[in-house]
Amino acid sequence: MRFVDEFRDGALARNIAANIAREADPRRRYHLMEFCGGHTHAISRYGIADLLPANVRMIHGPGCPVCVLPAGRVENAIRLTQTPGVTLCCYGDLLRVPAADGMSLLKAKARGADVRMVYSSADAVKIAQENPQRQVVFFAIGFETTTPPTAVAILQAQALGLANFSVFCNHVLTPSAISHILQSPEIRQLGVLSLDGFIGPAHVSTVIGSRPYEYFAEEFQKPVVIAGFEPLDVMQAILMLVRQLNEGRAEVENEFSRAVTRDGNVKAQLLVAEVFELRRIFEWRGLGLVPYSALRIKAPYADYDAELRFQIPAVSIADNKACECGAILRGVKHPRDCKLFGTVCTPDNPVGSCMVSSEGACAAHYSYGRFREVR
Amino acid sequence: MTKPKTGYTRPLDFKHGRVDMTHGSGGRAMAQLIDELFVAAFDNEFLRQMNDQARFPAPQGRMVMSTDSHVVSPLFFPGGDIGCLSVHGTINDVAMSGARPLYLSASFILEEGFPLADLRRIVESMAQAARDAGVAIVTGDTKVVEQGKGDGVFITTTGIGVVPDGVDISGERALPGDKILVSGTLGDHGVAVMSLRENLTFHTSIQSDTAALHGLVAAMVAAVPAIRVLRDPTRGGLATTLNEIARQSAVGMMLHENKLPIREQVKAACEFLGLDPLYVANEGKLAAICAPQDAERLLQVMRAHPLGCDAAIVGEVIEDPHHFVQMETAFGGRRVVDWLTGEQLPRIC
Repeated sequence: MRFVDEFRDGALARNIAANIAREADPRRRYHLMEFCGGHTHAISRYGIADLLPANVRMIHGPGCPVCVLPAGRVENAIRLTQTPGVTLCCYGDLLRVPAADGMSLLKAKARGADVRMVYSSADAVKIAQENPQRQVVFFAIGFETTTPPTAVAILQAQALGLANFSVFCNHVLTPSAISHILQSPEIRQLGVLSLDGFIGPAHVSTVIGSRPYEYFAEEFQKPVVIAGFEPLDVMQAILMLVRQLNEGRAEVENEFSRAVTRDGNVKAQLLVAEVFELRRIFEWRGLGLVPYSALRIKAPYADYDAELRFQIPAVSIADNKACECGAILRGVKHPRDCKLFGTVCTPDNPVGSCMVSSEGACAAHYSYGRFREVR
Repeated sequence: MTKPKTGYTRPLDFKHGRVDMTHGSGGRAMAQLIDELFVAAFDNEFLRQMNDQARFPAPQGRMVMSTDSHVVSPLFFPGGDIGCLSVHGTINDVAMSGARPLYLSASFILEEGFPLADLRRIVESMAQAARDAGVAIVTGDTKVVEQGKGDGVFITTTGIGVVPDGVDISGERALPGDKILVSGTLGDHGVAVMSLRENLTFHTSIQSDTAALHGLVAAMVAAVPAIRVLRDPTRGGLATTLNEIARQSAVGMMLHENKLPIREQVKAACEFLGLDPLYVANEGKLAAICAPQDAERLLQVMRAHPLGCDAAIVGEVIEDPHHFVQMETAFGGRRVVDWLTGEQLPRIC
């Protein structure tokens, strides 16, 4: 497969692995957080941990859109499907996220709710066009990558005069999550979590560019390397981080130069700015309430805001007490540290959200890496 | 006054006609559908007895029996349709014991309003597949459900076959050290069906691999009677099949990613849709496990058969109290190849 196999070449990987092993200083540690679920997935799927020396450790970050969505918002969506005439469209992973009482959209669907899995926001607009008698709600989630398509869907619905289409907006922002982690007490005071550098998001950065990360590198003195989602990208980024740390640098470097520029996709940014504005505060699973970390639909597009149309209330649902998703999303704990991992919480019966999406730290570790825990 | 013609029924309109509730009522309309369509297409001495059951001579030896329901959507897909699929599916399940399949039954659930033209296409495809396989469809049943309560047509087939003496193929027989073989490229059927789904139409030259494998199995059993395990990796793909066997045999497995035969187009489609070809359905492939000293001979026999020309040795059975199926990635790491979680591709067969 052209343009893919080149980035999965085993011989090149061993080459980079040899460089990492040679250059990593055995007297120090390299605790690197990959922010994105896409990286978490690549690391687990390709067995990248096997190729790294013991003192280079990857810490999984919160960049899995399904994982950070609080149960309350899923509960909102489930209740919405009970409203007569409502068709809810969402991305596939969301169907299985548990809300209150183990209920999920998939279970609601089995009980008769009209829930449709879509591959893109455009599919939801099409469903609204084809079903004028239904109120079609698009359950929009995700980081900056999925936000522009949602903006386009709203603009399209407006152009088409679709009165039966609205968006339940849950879009969140990467930079606010990273600063929240860096300012968390575990890092700043307790020293529970040591973070030496970040692998920056791939697809998010194609939209927002590399500039927004310059602040962290400067303010927190942590190197950031933006990397693609292919396994060789990840390996190369690890090597670049090791080099920065060895040389005492804390800069933003761009490994994913084939797709990411410093300024990003300006057209997409303008689309987002046209339709969305910052929320003052938003709840994240694992991170709690994070100020200015999410988007809502601007007043001129309020007609397409499902939260207003259906008067969706704020609902907060506590996670299962034993579930460590919160700590895992902050990088404080590893999936193996959770008592529920692999016992009552499995990908087939997820308790916490990290076990749902294949990008979630727990699901990735369970599906690809759990043989390491039983030796 | 004209005299009524005795015994005249207007023939079924296979051009514009549609299934209606009378076709399942047990009355004359149903008898006509059976005569003009099913018996005409499947014609054989057992069916011609026109009883509620088929009577046939019982062969010597151990008999095997298997049943399979088919609900694939869409009904027609590149490389096949629900008709030939329903014949191949059950023949293959019977053949994976090493058996020679002999007889099939076919049960239809038709939805009111289904075009008779499509039904005829499906039934003729079944008849052709059964003739090609040398297996007779000896009995059947037809029911009709109201519009909106079915999806065109569902077909259940049941097969009977007989296992040659000295052949003992079973899922619990894999032993550490054994070799794992597959008969050809993985994921073709699932991707072919997926390419036609309404919400993700994409163009691909991939055809379903649907095929009856008992000829290939006969050649394999003749060359290596001591084959330990055979299974066709349908829903859930090779990953799921190997996990089933690992659990049954209480062993682990180690696959080598760079040995797995997967077409470029299938890889590309899976990459695009976020699927893993190891979990995508096959309808004309089998996985075999045999002793290491038999592996090379078995591979040669498979490659010499038209349905096994892309066969490959893809891994080994290993000792593992946790029964993990693992894979050495082409990248150089190791990972679990787990059971399928949730549903990857619904209604694939």
